[in-house]
Amino acid sequence: MGTSVQKETQPGIGREGPASQPRARNAIWQVLNTLSIPVLALFTALVISAFFILASDPVILAAYGNFFQSPVHALAISWNEVASAYTALFLGAIGSPAAIVVAIRTYLATGQTNGLIQAFYPFSESLVAATPYIFAGLAVALGFKCGLFNIGAEGQIYIGALTAAYVGYRFTGLPWIIHAPLTLLAAALAGAVWAGIPGYLKAKTGAHEVINTMMMNYVAFNLADFLLNGPMKRGGSTGYIPISPDIQTSAYLPKFFPDPIRLHAGFLIALVMAGAMFWFLWRTTLGFELRTVGSNLRAAKYAGINITRNFVLAMALSGALAAMGGAGEVMGVNHSISQSFSPGYGYNSIALALMGGSNPLGVVLASLLFGALSNGATAMQALAGIPIDIVSIVQAFVIMFVAAPATIRFIYRLKVEGGVQAVFTRGWGGG
Amino acid sequence: MPTVFELQGITKRFPGVLANDHIHLTLEQGEVHALLGENGAGKTTLMNILYGLYTPDEGTILVHGSEAKITSPEDALRLGIGMVHQHFMLVPPFTVTENVMLGVETLHYGLFLDRESVARRIRDIADQYGLQVDPAARVQDLSVGAQQRVEIVKILYRQANILILDEPTAVLTPQEVEDLFKVIRELVARGVSVIFISHKLKEVMDIADRITVLRDGKVVGTTRPADTSLATLARMMVGREVILTVDKAPARMGPVVLEIKDLQVRDDRKQMAVNGLSLEVRAGEILGVAGVQGNGQTELVEGLTGLRPVSGGEVHILGHDTTHASPRRILEQGVAHIPEDRQRDGLVLSYPVADNLVLNTYYLPPFARGMELQAGAVLASAAELVRQFDIRTPSVLALTSGLSGGNQQKVIVAREFSRPIQLLIASQPTRGLDVGSIEYIHQRLVEKRDQGCAVLLVSPELDEIMSLSDRIAVMFRGQIIETVVGGAATPEQLGLLMAGIHPGEERVPAAVPA
Amino acid sequence: MAVMARTREAVAPISRRYILSVFYLLVGLFMALVFSRDARPGEIAKLELNTTRSIELVRMPDIIVPVLPVVWVLSALVVILALYHLLHGFRRTGWLLGMVSLSFLVSFLVWAGRGTSFSLIGILSATLQLACPLLLGALSGVLCERSAVINIAIEGMMLGAAFASVIVANVTGSLFLGLGAGLAVGALLAAWHAVMSIRFKMDQIVSGTVINIFATGLTNFLNQRVMQVYTNLNSQQTFPTFSELAPELGKIPIVGPLLFDQTPIVWLALLLLVIVQIALFRTRWGLRTRAVGEHPRAADTVGINVFRTRYVNVILGGLLAGLAGCYYTLGSVGRFDKLMTNGHGFIALAAMIFGNWTPVGAFASSLLFGFSEALQVKLQILIGQVNIPYDFLLMLPYIVTMVALTGVVGRVIAPAADGKPYEKQ
Repeated sequence: MGTSVQKETQPGIGREGPASQPRARNAIWQVLNTLSIPVLALFTALVISAFFILASDPVILAAYGNFFQSPVHALAISWNEVASAYTALFLGAIGSPAAIVVAIRTYLATGQTNGLIQAFYPFSESLVAATPYIFAGLAVALGFKCGLFNIGAEGQIYIGALTAAYVGYRFTGLPWIIHAPLTLLAAALAGAVWAGIPGYLKAKTGAHEVINTMMMNYVAFNLADFLLNGPMKRGGSTGYIPISPDIQTSAYLPKFFPDPIRLHAGFLIALVMAGAMFWFLWRTTLGFELRTVGSNLRAAKYAGINITRNFVLAMALSGALAAMGGAGEVMGVNHSISQSFSPGYGYNSIALALMGGSNPLGVVLASLLFGALSNGATAMQALAGIPIDIVSIVQAFVIMFVAAPATIRFIYRLKVEGGVQAVFTRGWGGG
Repeated sequence: MPTVFELQGITKRFPGVLANDHIHLTLEQGEVHALLGENGAGKTTLMNILYGLYTPDEGTILVHGSEAKITSPEDALRLGIGMVHQHFMLVPPFTVTENVMLGVETLHYGLFLDRESVARRIRDIADQYGLQVDPAARVQDLSVGAQQRVEIVKILYRQANILILDEPTAVLTPQEVEDLFKVIRELVARGVSVIFISHKLKEVMDIADRITVLRDGKVVGTTRPADTSLATLARMMVGREVILTVDKAPARMGPVVLEIKDLQVRDDRKQMAVNGLSLEVRAGEILGVAGVQGNGQTELVEGLTGLRPVSGGEVHILGHDTTHASPRRILEQGVAHIPEDRQRDGLVLSYPVADNLVLNTYYLPPFARGMELQAGAVLASAAELVRQFDIRTPSVLALTSGLSGGNQQKVIVAREFSRPIQLLIASQPTRGLDVGSIEYIHQRLVEKRDQGCAVLLVSPELDEIMSLSDRIAVMFRGQIIETVVGGAATPEQLGLLMAGIHPGEERVPAAVPA
Repeated sequence: MAVMARTREAVAPISRRYILSVFYLLVGLFMALVFSRDARPGEIAKLELNTTRSIELVRMPDIIVPVLPVVWVLSALVVILALYHLLHGFRRTGWLLGMVSLSFLVSFLVWAGRGTSFSLIGILSATLQLACPLLLGALSGVLCERSAVINIAIEGMMLGAAFASVIVANVTGSLFLGLGAGLAVGALLAAWHAVMSIRFKMDQIVSGTVINIFATGLTNFLNQRVMQVYTNLNSQQTFPTFSELAPELGKIPIVGPLLFDQTPIVWLALLLLVIVQIALFRTRWGLRTRAVGEHPRAADTVGINVFRTRYVNVILGGLLAGLAGCYYTLGSVGRFDKLMTNGHGFIALAAMIFGNWTPVGAFASSLLFGFSEALQVKLQILIGQVNIPYDFLLMLPYIVTMVALTGVVGRVIAPAADGKPYEKQ
């Protein structure tokens, strides 16, 4: 059936980045070129989403109804709406630069940290929001590297969160040094199994992982509902949303800064995982095999690589990473799991992996961006009344532009460069 | 004889290559005009221009005397020009009728397909020109020769009288080639004019009325078979004296390295492609497996190398049973495999050359310590191999996709030869390569054999088999029907064997339906 | 060039046979152990052929089913089939899967209804209802994939169409305009998918995912921003059923409740089933479509416009998916709820694969999936008898999909060029 070709230059063993570009200036051009697409993609997506914001506001629509009588008015309130929306987004994501500067000055002068904490709070929230995205993005990227489309990250996140919550609240009297790693490990294992099943089915029967992981998602959601309304239900809870008991403090992921800053060790672990993924893919034999399977399946077979093992391994590792993302939320932020706790981390991470070119560094950068976006969107909803789902709309366009850079070039009349289009599809199966 | 068409000054450029360089060509009514040239000489490009798949950068086309603008196959067909491509343009699950009517369907009530009247017309055409086709058969069930006939019927159905045949004999048995030639002569007798594209000298001499030789996009000359010879044509094709045989010392044979007993391997259609095959290859010899493509050679090689499951029989390499072994275990026995399709199976084109050079050894020291790859060792080894095998590449880190076909094949050869091997399985190792690369590969194969390696060479090119092999095993319908000593058999004998006819047997009646 | 062929039916390779046989064996054992455990000897289940409202002109007799014997027989059947498949192997594994599923579902039904009675007619009627959007979605998939464009955006198209149909129906007061809006949205989203995959040669799975994410996001966004503010835009709007228009029709026993007590969209779906089946295999359009899907270059060389064929088919597919979306609103509850399609777009894809890319096959699979879902819905009434938690029942359609896929992938053949962008030279 179809072939799978990796996008762009494939870093060789021991080298990261494009080959044989001796001059620094060329290197800078390369970086700019590589960045230009995602940046333009994001920008264009935001512009398009602004359109939806405007078009769904009856006041604005009415003003455009009177466009020819008072064009300035229509444009003015349009601008106001979009500006206030995106300003809220920015403030919620990064915080006010002015306030940050003042806070730093105050700290340097008086040693008071309150102002600092307040000023950096939005930024720290973005990092907190980015953490599960990093995990999920790495998960999906790893799948892509092996030619697999893991659309089941969402379900794997749930499984990880459920497992972490259970191990977290069930086992008492364990010291932190054992409990926390154990919880994380258990979650990773659960995710590995959850994703490993579709991986195995794909390897042995050729059934496409998109449908199977999607089905596993729905099974996971229903499982979560069942558990949270039943065996894992918090005692005495009559709240509207089903929720599990709190985990033991020995299973918490430590925080670095005083409240209300919620930045927790999960963020660091995510960064470490990104580094580990780089090392794994480009510095180990297993990683080489995995990438080869993703680049040319037949050549991989010819080279003696065990396809089944690699499919299962890739999916299992991918599931483990995603599950750790879910566990991170439970262990570091909420300290329990509630129904529908994920705003779609798993699905959003597809955009991340694509935007990051399926490379760990790119994924981290893209995740930081998405964390900021989604954090800011909450503020945008609170301050400007724009529903958070606008982020999905932004994402859809980002994915589209990044997956087919020709669209961006078409819009902006950019010159065409070389490069092979990413094709992950192998049809519905049968190898 | 009136001129049917005339190409004047046709020029076509592709990025980096001048495919056609001011080509002049005429075709006269009722003649078979052969277009002869090596792979890459520009023959197919020229005909694609005539058929409307490409537009020329310069030049004019005159059809029946008047200038014609051909921008699509429909234009070409309207002018009566039809083309049978090298790779058939037939939809496998459709019937012959459906394939023939595709694009020019006749309808009931303007809406529903009228298969019956099309079938009737197909039978008429078949009778008229002596072609054997069954309108109701599914194309995927037909033999290659039968499919080719369907392609011809497709064109005649559209009332073409200029037929372009692109490498039509590449996949035919010698018997089927005879049948095809009969059909061509019949067509010509009824006024059809034929262009016959080929790189096979002997066939061209057999069937053509006139021969035009192309080399590097230019016309070298036009002549008649009576006025020329094989050697002259070969020299025109290549531009220098061509060594048609390979110099080699007699073989010094050692113990049996590869032993195959009653092997059975199924193909993708679950049919038994290898059907009870037995074979032995000894150290220090080249055993050539001759046969028309499609008799199970591909499945044989895949079965031997672990890429396809074996359904029955046994394979022993150096005494070890490798019948159901994984590809890696087989490799580790000291087996090297040069695959039939180098881009699909032998290389990862998006990888740098260095990575491809360790594609099946990356997990062994010194390239890896445990799980960790040793980049330094990989790069050093790559540099050495590039030097040793004269692989033309800007650097070892350049992407393999940027290399020419010959150099890509050199990467594979370098890789396979860079480790100690006892058995080399080479499947169509010179497919699509230029003459220089072909000579190089042949020399390397003989070199390995002289070093004591056992070489199993599988190729549909009889010349290659005959010039390299110490022994020749002819494969037909999944079995070895005869093994002869290289140098003892003539091409005619081998041709008969390849068609399944044992020497001394009665000739199989001609025109066996598909 | 060697010819590419479809796999003929033959005994499946060892690993898949092993997995499936073991699975079927477990199913059979489950049936024997669980279903017979709670049933008391001599207990019967009454399958009613009349609606609960008993409006029929003639009252049909109930089917009396002895529970234990039926359960034993069917369990034994499944176990025997499983063992035979393990040891010898069936050729027609689709048939095998169908038999096992049917046996399981029937004995499940009988067990769940032990000692009481329930409406078989109700379940069959619900089956047809629930199969309808799946059928339409699968037909949409067939149209797209037969011309070699993978369309996993059926879910998004359905969702978008559902939303649009409700809003427009409420704003204009016309159900037909609402329907039209739903179809239009389906077609627009499909056109977007077509442009991305055909013109820009984007990976078709990614392109489909883009549409799904977009549609989900936009419908949630607008739902919150518009519908929850102006609730009059989300008030109930449904098509009347035939039996509402002509009560006499609804009173015909069996046929009445089954066929006439349905929204007209069901009839449309059945009609389209026939049309697509005939069109695909008997018309010029169908021949060209299939040629483009199997061997686009061959089609190109005989003058067929590969790109235009694909565009047309994908947009037609969008119309069908849009109709499927309208079923959820105008044909069912009449209002829009967030994420109301709930993964059915993907189940429709599985139905398409399971049905071997033919309309008739898709219909059969849709009925199967619909039946399992109808069971799950109707069984809420019998929840006391069924000791399986409700949430596990909800998982049933998804698990069935996975099993179906495992059973048939590689045994059914997708159009050869499925998923590959076409490059003109």
